[in-house]
Amino acid sequence: MANTPDYSWPPMDARKIMGKPYKRLDGPQKAAGRAKYTSDLKMKDMLFAAYLTCPHAHARITSIDTGAAEKMNGVQAVLVIAEAGKELQWHGQEVAAVAATTEEVAREAILKIKVAYEVLPHFVNEADLAKAASRGKAAGEKVTGDPEKAIQDAEAVSDGVYGIPVITHCCLEPHGCVIQWQGDQVMAWPSTQFVTGWAGTLAPNLKVPAANIKVKMDYIGGGFGSKFSPGAWAEVGARLSQKAGGKPVKIFLDRASEQQIPGNRPSAFGKIKIAGKKDGTITAWQSDTWASGGFAGGGQPPLPYVYTNIPNTRLNHVSVSVNAGPSQAWRAPNNQQASYLTCSAIEDFAAKVGVDPMVVFDKNAGYTPRAEQYQYQLKKAAELSEWSKLWKPRGSQTGAVRRGLGIGVNAWGGAGHACEARTTINPDGSVLLEMGTQDLGTGTRTIMTQVAAETLGLQMGQIKLAIGDNSLPPGGASGGSTTVGGASSATRKSGINALAKLFEAAAPALSAQPEDLEAVDGTVRVKSDTKKSMSWVAACKKIGPGGKISETGANEQRNPMGLNSGGAAGVQVADVSVDTETGLVKINRYVAVQDCGLIINPRLAESQIYGAIIMGISTALFEERIMDNLTGRMMNSDMEFYKLAGIKDIGDIVVHLDIREVNDKRGVIGLGEPPAIGICAAVGNAVANAIGVRVPNMPMSPMHVLNTLEGRNA
Amino acid sequence: MQSFAYGNPATIQEALALLAAKWGEADVLAGGTDLISLMKEHLHTPKRVVNIKNIKELEGIQKTDAGIRIGALVTLDELAKNADVKAAAKSLSDAAAAIPSAQIRHMATVGGNLCQRPRCWYYRQGFGLLAMKDGKSMVPDGANQYHAIFGGGPAYFVSPSSLGAALVALGAKIKLVSAKGPREVPAASFFVAPQDETSREIALHPDEILTEIVIPAGAVRSATYEVRQREVLDWPLVTASVVLHMRGNVVASAKVVMGYVAPQPWDSAEAAKAIAGKAITAETAEAAGKAAVASAQPLSQNAYKVTLARVAVKRALLEAAKQKV
Repeated sequence: MANTPDYSWPPMDARKIMGKPYKRLDGPQKAAGRAKYTSDLKMKDMLFAAYLTCPHAHARITSIDTGAAEKMNGVQAVLVIAEAGKELQWHGQEVAAVAATTEEVAREAILKIKVAYEVLPHFVNEADLAKAASRGKAAGEKVTGDPEKAIQDAEAVSDGVYGIPVITHCCLEPHGCVIQWQGDQVMAWPSTQFVTGWAGTLAPNLKVPAANIKVKMDYIGGGFGSKFSPGAWAEVGARLSQKAGGKPVKIFLDRASEQQIPGNRPSAFGKIKIAGKKDGTITAWQSDTWASGGFAGGGQPPLPYVYTNIPNTRLNHVSVSVNAGPSQAWRAPNNQQASYLTCSAIEDFAAKVGVDPMVVFDKNAGYTPRAEQYQYQLKKAAELSEWSKLWKPRGSQTGAVRRGLGIGVNAWGGAGHACEARTTINPDGSVLLEMGTQDLGTGTRTIMTQVAAETLGLQMGQIKLAIGDNSLPPGGASGGSTTVGGASSATRKSGINALAKLFEAAAPALSAQPEDLEAVDGTVRVKSDTKKSMSWVAACKKIGPGGKISETGANEQRNPMGLNSGGAAGVQVADVSVDTETGLVKINRYVAVQDCGLIINPRLAESQIYGAIIMGISTALFEERIMDNLTGRMMNSDMEFYKLAGIKDIGDIVVHLDIREVNDKRGVIGLGEPPAIGICAAVGNAVANAIGVRVPNMPMSPMHVLNTLEGRNA
Repeated sequence: MQSFAYGNPATIQEALALLAAKWGEADVLAGGTDLISLMKEHLHTPKRVVNIKNIKELEGIQKTDAGIRIGALVTLDELAKNADVKAAAKSLSDAAAAIPSAQIRHMATVGGNLCQRPRCWYYRQGFGLLAMKDGKSMVPDGANQYHAIFGGGPAYFVSPSSLGAALVALGAKIKLVSAKGPREVPAASFFVAPQDETSREIALHPDEILTEIVIPAGAVRSATYEVRQREVLDWPLVTASVVLHMRGNVVASAKVVMGYVAPQPWDSAEAAKAIAGKAITAETAEAAGKAAVASAQPLSQNAYKVTLARVAVKRALLEAAKQKV
């Protein structure tokens, strides 16, 4: 066995394709509407499914009669999901589903299903922990050092109350799939973040071998953590298909269900005490937090965030069960809540001791796992936000409209997941790169093509890429910002492995040893004598007619060989103006300084950060699930009162990607999540800085801001 | 959506023949920006939909000696861009221009803006216009952050018309026609607070069509100030429309009407009285704003709207005072 090939990335200055800002290869198709998302699919004989959902927040079904629905013209299958006797735990939970020849018939049919409910008591608002009573489940207290003594001995102690509400996933393409179950064969077109694993999760539910489930997805209209598993709808769709004689069924959640069923970002509330010295040095942390992620409770933010090594800490947490839909990973699960609680408390401590928060975040950087990195970033963020010019001490401003600046920090892993790729080189010189991964809209297609082209010494157009099919080499789940590291490493390795075979075929013609060859600029040539070269096509001809080279490569998480790694830090600064008469908050500028590894495509990397910030500003200014205590319902399960930011609401975004050789050497690190983490923190801090008082509850809506300014917070 | 018959009349008379004496039988379709979603949610299940977009007499804006006539089919975009309306009724022009989005402004009509149904989430989720449960409205103890701060019930929704407050302040007349003939209703009486679940929130009868609006002639200063959370597609939290008749630098008489604070545009005689006989300054405008909300009755979650209404009135007055007429 030969030595392990050298898979390492070409040096930064030697790269020809990687590191260049290529536009998304699928951009034109998407912009023109030619890219077909699963929810766009239309097939011959396809049926449409619709759900009947529970109108009560908590109820037991006493009877269910589907007779009238089944008799309707056009109805092909009716499936009872919750039988009589079943207890339902939230408004919007699935009761039954219908598949019909048209969407209209399906929707009409569900209204004909007669269900009788025994309505049971509900509890839907966890903001007031005192009212949660037996619905709260305490996690064990965690203590480090001696927080009592540290607080007693402190020169200053700040107290704060903070809350960040449940927000819902709002993918442009809702959750669902098209699925066809005929005999023991299932064909599925899901909208998923995990094409490779989809069949294996569904198979036991259908009692069909995973090998018999074919999965294909070209484009996904957003996932953000909410589309890993097939979801209950895949099984429901499959059963409807089977009942309807094997016709394909399109089952997608409507917008109201989309915000109730497939999972949300849990809330987090906390009473936090920080103690320290008058110069801003923190010596102790004490937090009593609670949160809810739905009926199952859940959602415990890791505290204190980033400043993990504060020496004396006491942590208590209560998980509250409410009659509402479940939680689901949401672009850096628990980290946004943790960043909001931590950064808000640090800012309040800074205000208490009268020290510039930029100084306090910097002075305590020793408590973070990467002090130098955070200090470098704080400095950079201060510079880009003109902190020293624009920042004024809290409460020092007058006038109706006041400007404020605030800081939010982030930390994330982002090392590559396990993933495989296969590179095929044909005798005509054409190249096929195959992998079972998926492009979430992040640019996976584009950057994997860049990696393959760079590795093989070819141009972008010479690589054909196939993804989104579970018959391809296995990809990982696109979550945790792990795709770019995993998929690029696998692509690199399969490319190098394929090249080794090509060099074996071409070497005799160049009178050289295979290991002395390299593929550069569309040629295969001798490293030590580059005049000895042949064109790529001529080299591929040496494979011989009827033959082809097909080599796989896999990223191994335990041994990424320097191709990828984890650990990214970030510092962000929000610059806001608050109209203190109306409570309206406007973003003037938002600065994001992001630590990164090797950047394959700076345009798409920046684009990830823009997207994260737009999403984060939306959560900081507008988004909250509004639950009604009386009906137990989510009152805003729509795009009308569940408010998402539009482009005019965002303000200017300034991104600084820390592309330096020292970072490049760390290999590829995922960027999807970290820049989305600290935005509520930064915006909330900026508002507090502007108006002189902490608005405890996100989002920074006129209601919350005015309630604070006018002393109406309970 | 329930199946329905579709009428496509070319004249008002043909259209009227397709309407019915009772609500629920037929619905009038113009821009469709509200009706379609009402039908999809089964809140309206008309047996017949009567498309009036082919009726030419309902189109156009004309300036006459009596004032400005605005046809019911005029789109919000046309209204916002019309020079006569801008000159004579800036408050109305601005209110139309502020409505997001461009798509809505191009589809939605003036008549539809006045006849659209409330956005109250209890109503939209099928709990009825008054959201009654066990003989009592759920709103005062429920999720009421966007609900009324005036009126005292039993209706707590807010009128969804962005033009309503401006029209009431301008003293506009609304023309309605039925098979029995035309009638004219002051804008102030067009919007009503229903007292029971079966009543409507507008004075239109089920067998009538809204044909036009007339803004009376006369030189006035007017302004609309809107507090809206998002720049993009969103409803105002509160609006204030003011009309000033000036005598020199002093307000001879004024109209101050707030939107999104009650089931109908809320005409504040107190605010008008507070500013009458005075020059508009930061202090007098502030005092008028305070007077406007002196009798507000906020619900459990919407006290912030009292502040917004006060500020909107103040800012609308200051803006109107800057105008030259």
